[in-house]
Amino acid sequence: MSLATYRFEVPGDDFTRAGEASGSLKRSLKKIGFDPDIIRRVSIAMYEAEINMVIHANGGVIDVEVSPQKIDIWFRDKGPGIPDIDLAMQEGYSTAPDNVRSLGFGAGMGLPNIKKYTDEMKIDTEIGVGTTVYISVYAK
Amino acid sequence: MKIREIVDILEAEIICGEEHLDNELHSACGADMMSDVLAFVKDQSVLLTGLINPQVVRTADMMDMRCIVFVRGKCPDEQVVELAQERGIVLMKSPLRMFVACGKLYEKGLRGGC
Ligand SMILES: Nc1ncnc2c1ncn2[C@@H]1O[C@H](COP(=O)(O)OP(=O)(O)OP(=O)(O)O)[C@@H](O)[C@H]1O
Ligand SMILES: [Mg+2]
Repeated sequence: MSLATYRFEVPGDDFTRAGEASGSLKRSLKKIGFDPDIIRRVSIAMYEAEINMVIHANGGVIDVEVSPQKIDIWFRDKGPGIPDIDLAMQEGYSTAPDNVRSLGFGAGMGLPNIKKYTDEMKIDTEIGVGTTVYISVYAK
Repeated sequence: MKIREIVDILEAEIICGEEHLDNELHSACGADMMSDVLAFVKDQSVLLTGLINPQVVRTADMMDMRCIVFVRGKCPDEQVVELAQERGIVLMKSPLRMFVACGKLYEKGLRGGC
């Protein structure tokens, strides 16, 4: 049984708005009454993936399905794709340009961090077509 | 340590969130990489940073941090202040540099956490 579903369009041309979707979901999960620790794990993972969509893939769409057991999120973009997922998952690996670094991102910590905070994570990617990142956090 | 003590120690000026000055905070972190904050911060409630873009506030919000100190007298624009107000996060600016600001808070008993 699903408690709620949400869809967020993430614009790719406005870095200042990156994270709006994550902030909005965080407030919804609080209202539903999830455990603060679960909410924080979802928030961090979602924010990292949302920022990735903006800085690496020119935005995309986020779909969220909330049930009492778990929170599932799909991040779909039409960006350049990830050539080597194993490499991208390594701490410290980043292709972020300098202007992104000067804003405080691009340490190559996002994907490993998403892995750390979620119970399931799956990346489907095709060069020149786009990337879908799926994550799930169990509410226990 | 109360937020108002942090204001005194850092010779800081409150930008927003005056209503929260009596809240108690126990640990802090200093960073200019939000990536690192997201990856390494655990229960720290104060963020000291030299960056002033909206992602600083969003990062703090995701990490449940309650207070942001902008070092070297930097001041964010109105949009960033509004976002912080919406999220109930205290903003202040200190003329001190990052190293000195962190050192002073440490000296007065604030810790790095985890
Ligand atoms: N949605 C995506 N589309 C295309 N490439 C991506 C996407 N997400 C991640 N990548 C690639 O994987 C690399 C590693 O991603 P990761 O999130 O770990 O680090 P980062 O975004 O570069 O830096 P940080 O997350 O620390 O700010 C990126 O630099 C980029 O090359
Ligand atoms: Mg990233």
